[in-house]
Amino acid sequence: MKKLTEWQGIVMPLDRANVDTDAIIPKQYLKSIKRTGFGPNLFDDWRYLDPGEPGDDHSKRRLNTEFVMNQSRYQGATVLLARENFGCGSSREHAPWALLDAGFRVLIASSFAEIFYNNCFKNGILPIVLNEEIVEQLFAEVLADPGYELAVDLAKQQICKPDGEVVNFQLEEFRKQALLEGLDEIGLTLQKADLIRAYESKRRQQVPWLFNAPGDI
Amino acid sequence: MAAQTLYDKLWQQHLVSEQEDGTALLYIDRHLLHEVTSPQAFEGLRLANRKPWRLETNLAVPDHNVPTTDRSRGISDPVSRLQVETLDKNCADFGITEIPMNDIRQGIVHVMGPEQGATLPGMTIVCGDSHTSTHGAFGALAHGIGTSEVEHVLATQCLIQKKMKNMRIKVDGQLAVGVTAKDIILAVIGELGTAGGTGYAIEFDGEAIHTLSMEGRMTLCNMAIEAGARAGLVSVDEITIEYLRDRPYAPQGEVWEQAVSYWRTLVSDENCEFDKEIVLDAGTIAPQVTWGTSPEMVAPIDGAIPTYEQMQTDAERKSLQRALEYMSLAPGTRVNSIPLDKVFIGSCTNSRIEDLRQAARWVAGNKIAENIKLAMVVPGSGLVKAQAEKEGLDKVFKEAGFEWREPGCSMCLAMNADRLAPGERCASTSNRNFEGRQGQGGRTHLVSPAMAAAAAIAGHFVDVREA
Ligand code: SF4
Repeated sequence: MKKLTEWQGIVMPLDRANVDTDAIIPKQYLKSIKRTGFGPNLFDDWRYLDPGEPGDDHSKRRLNTEFVMNQSRYQGATVLLARENFGCGSSREHAPWALLDAGFRVLIASSFAEIFYNNCFKNGILPIVLNEEIVEQLFAEVLADPGYELAVDLAKQQICKPDGEVVNFQLEEFRKQALLEGLDEIGLTLQKADLIRAYESKRRQQVPWLFNAPGDI
Repeated sequence: MAAQTLYDKLWQQHLVSEQEDGTALLYIDRHLLHEVTSPQAFEGLRLANRKPWRLETNLAVPDHNVPTTDRSRGISDPVSRLQVETLDKNCADFGITEIPMNDIRQGIVHVMGPEQGATLPGMTIVCGDSHTSTHGAFGALAHGIGTSEVEHVLATQCLIQKKMKNMRIKVDGQLAVGVTAKDIILAVIGELGTAGGTGYAIEFDGEAIHTLSMEGRMTLCNMAIEAGARAGLVSVDEITIEYLRDRPYAPQGEVWEQAVSYWRTLVSDENCEFDKEIVLDAGTIAPQVTWGTSPEMVAPIDGAIPTYEQMQTDAERKSLQRALEYMSLAPGTRVNSIPLDKVFIGSCTNSRIEDLRQAARWVAGNKIAENIKLAMVVPGSGLVKAQAEKEGLDKVFKEAGFEWREPGCSMCLAMNADRLAPGERCASTSNRNFEGRQGQGGRTHLVSPAMAAAAAIAGHFVDVREA
């Protein structure tokens, strides 16, 4: 897993509630069998005026200049400011992969959909939940100030604004540690192999029908 | 022991270890796989030189990319073909059981699992797919996971989890004739909102739920995710047990009896406490139609699209405006006046035999309306298709002008060739009406199979209670 400790970057505001995973990365790009290369298709339907397919040269497509991602002031943004229930919809990890590939490492919203939220941490992206008033305030500040940046310190669980104001955020300890240290979760779980085997042999007594011969399901 | 909810029981019975902060290692009994969310997980295993922990818990099937037309010459889109071939190869290399594309048991993973008896009460079931919540209909703890977790489950048979909260949605009384599980869940989402269930496991309970067939319960739990909840649940009763009898992967003989007596314990204890409870009266639920770009944007068939004046906040007005612009609809429009271009009956929400029977009843002896460019039925699995053909349902649909297709996800998400053209409006029995979900620029209205079928015949939405 990718590490994240501190991060500073330009903030891109996406002023919509319930942004779903189909909007983050449309289905035609899910046919890829890789983890990378999804960046040019982040928010594809909103970003381009003409339809796209995997394998197209996306740099040749017509851009929707109204969409934030195509506005010059947000070029190079790495922090995404969004509204409630961001990432709702499917479990596709292609959504965080697309955000990561396009450079985003920190997401801020008043709420996130659960599976998406969880998937972010597995990919070194920090989703930060702040209350609605603060999110509203951030939207106002970003819009008023081209080049607006935020700095995030994960260990301290703090966001620092350009005016020096500090905003604290909450997050579960195990998620924080995993991100700070870039832990290999599978490796960690496998250290508990004995516990898993002990559980299995106990379970085998209780529910033997779940432990039929291999291949037999 | 304190009274426990069904979710509490399932959670506790699968704990391998638990830390002080509540982070737990949860054991997974069944892992379902499909071609879209698994390739990168297998690649991860290879890179780390790891093997599946317990092969026999895994079961794979291709569904999202498969064509629904003649398959004898394979998949013509090379990118889709590669993804399905990659699943075939990964399963062969690692020794995982796969139901391949041309097997009669092939179908949408959430239809195939229960049909085979690979979904059993008391299991923990995961799949790299958010609609894994479907399997909760059997009193199993089932939810979607991302690809990193697919790899984690393959390698360790466990997931790192935190306990969810308990919610009960109780639906008392009886449904009106023509009103189905789909209408219940759409009405619930309308009430709760698409984020209302976030952080909860939702148990559906009450007379109207326990009189539903397993097909109906699967429809309900399927869309728990559209209410924001990763998992939906229905406690075990005789209907659950009867459904599972003699299914290929279900226990048989003496072990069956042993399993059944355990399954009967999989109910929420009387007097147990839920963190949140909602009570609905089934009799007040009308057939539902979504009109916007989020499943919570839903109205009863005898209702209308809201107006700007009805919105409380600026944000709500903005999102109403955005949705109506995309859907090309005016505020205040009567739901039954919305004309349609296409009708899709299928998806893991509504493609089981009972769904097809309900739809066929509306279609029999009629023809699809002139303004309907395409009406299609995509059965959830090869076995559903075979059963429907045995009952002559295929003929009923075909004679009315419907296309009768091969099983798969199809126009639920339009990853294969089945999709809406920009601007086309579709009555769909699927679960998501997001922008572009059924094809870029396509407009989706979510409804029950009966409502979709009746709309195909009328050319616009009609109230199926009025027949
Ligand atoms: S039918 Fe639709 S919702 Fe169900 S698994 Fe397939 S794509 Fe997902």
